[in-house]
Amino acid sequence: MQDYQLILEAYNRSGGDVSVFKQSNMAHLVVHKNKVIGMNSVKGLVLIPKEKEYGIEATIVVEKGVRIENMVHLCFGILPKEGIQEIYMKVRVEDGGGIKLLAHCVFPNAVKIIHRMQADIDIGNNSYYEYNEVHFHGEEGGVEVIPKAKIKMGKNSSLVTNFSLLKGRVGYFDLDYESEIRDNSTLEMTAKIYGYGDDRIKIREVGHLLGKGSKGVIKSRVAVRDNAISEIINELNATAPEAKGHVDCIEIIQGNAQAKAIPIVNVTNEFAKVTHEAAIGRVDKKQVETLMARGLEEEEAIDIVVRGMLK
Amino acid sequence: MEPLLHLENCSLNIDGRQILNNLNLSVKEGTIHSILGSNAAGKSSLAYLIMGCCDYSVDKGKIYFAGKEITNLPISKRAKMGITLAWQEPARFEGLKVRDYISVGMRKVDEYLIEEALREVLLEPKDYLDREVDKSLSGGERKRIELASVFAMHPKLAILDEPDSGIDILALDNIINIIKGLKKQGSTIILITHREEVAQIADITSLMCSGMVVKEGSPQEMSKYFKEKCVPCPTKTFPQEENI
Repeated sequence: MQDYQLILEAYNRSGGDVSVFKQSNMAHLVVHKNKVIGMNSVKGLVLIPKEKEYGIEATIVVEKGVRIENMVHLCFGILPKEGIQEIYMKVRVEDGGGIKLLAHCVFPNAVKIIHRMQADIDIGNNSYYEYNEVHFHGEEGGVEVIPKAKIKMGKNSSLVTNFSLLKGRVGYFDLDYESEIRDNSTLEMTAKIYGYGDDRIKIREVGHLLGKGSKGVIKSRVAVRDNAISEIINELNATAPEAKGHVDCIEIIQGNAQAKAIPIVNVTNEFAKVTHEAAIGRVDKKQVETLMARGLEEEEAIDIVVRGMLK
Repeated sequence: MEPLLHLENCSLNIDGRQILNNLNLSVKEGTIHSILGSNAAGKSSLAYLIMGCCDYSVDKGKIYFAGKEITNLPISKRAKMGITLAWQEPARFEGLKVRDYISVGMRKVDEYLIEEALREVLLEPKDYLDREVDKSLSGGERKRIELASVFAMHPKLAILDEPDSGIDILALDNIINIIKGLKKQGSTIILITHREEVAQIADITSLMCSGMVVKEGSPQEMSKYFKEKCVPCPTKTFPQEENI
């Protein structure tokens, strides 16, 4: 019971609304280490968590034709300073189904924590799947976060993923999402991260535009300062006619930080088109001076510019 | 009466190029002081120099504001004393809402005053407050929001660098009214403009050439002089005594 309260407290500090866990019409799953400490499901949603040695295996199924009305809330966390949490998620959205998930991963006291996630996601035809993940880490930087996802999507469907790690130290972060997009389906992947100290950030987001008329946007916004290092690989492969995509990566560096952006666009069909833009550099001088001309100190101005970009 | 702003023999050299050259300028409190001059005369550089922008520190000379020397003060200190600048091409800010952008310069954030500032530039608050100051705004909208943020700041000195550029002819009267409104609320204005109809609202005009203020007078006199003597420029590089 105490763990439940403390996890919710951390959830609240990460920006989550704890009242969602009291509402019977909202599905949720709360996991501390490898223990399921809170759960609720709704009609049309199958939610089966199994506790394992270092985490859980969760099966999530949205039944055919069911569009889950309210956001489904997930909370994964570890309260002690040390620990391992491995989350394996098998998600299936059946034809005509739809679900929006908001996952908060909270490690408020982390000194030496490993959080791995492996998701296999299968989205049917005429369906939608939105996955938002927000992380909240402590200030020690002792967290390893390794989320991996393989996503397959049917026809006329949409996939949205939003990942943000803006509160607390990143630690070591290695995200790898790969998706296959079929006819007339759309993909939007966004990652926003703020690294400092000696944080290490690796992001690889890949979209395969396999279907006719499929569309994809992969967007990264990363700010690094101090001695933090980031490497972003955004890749879109368009092999079908009328497939369209765009890769957009902006990284801001301050101090001794280092940033690398690798946009990969691969088009093998003459009727497909993928564009990309990538920019790495310090905070734009004009933006900072504009805010300073309204009375802000330089540090305050930089903070507004960086946080705006990450918003 | 002591001028609000006084520049004394200010020179500015950037990358070996003389941008401002022993420039002298006095701006009286409560006036609209326009700066006239052909392209590359140094007008925008003068604006950045007064604001204290990076790379625009005087090589020699002094700047005084409200009786205090500000030559070596950074931008934020000058802004806190009441100086601000509206850029000719305002910056865009991803993720920053119009509401928050306008409130940055306000001593006390007040939603009503933010809305008032938007109405002043003829933008409907409900349509703009929650929009981002990013590339989704047109150039004209961005200029208006820049002016709204200056308006909300209630500065003692507002430097407006071509506030009318990129604004359609129909909106020109509005820009003129905004500048007049700034004066009415007690701001002194340095107005850089190429448009004669905008320049005419000034109380006094300084004519710049090759990084110097070469002549001063009423906007009508200076405009007439500029058209007769400076277009086309007879000297190309440097003002000649007989032309001044």
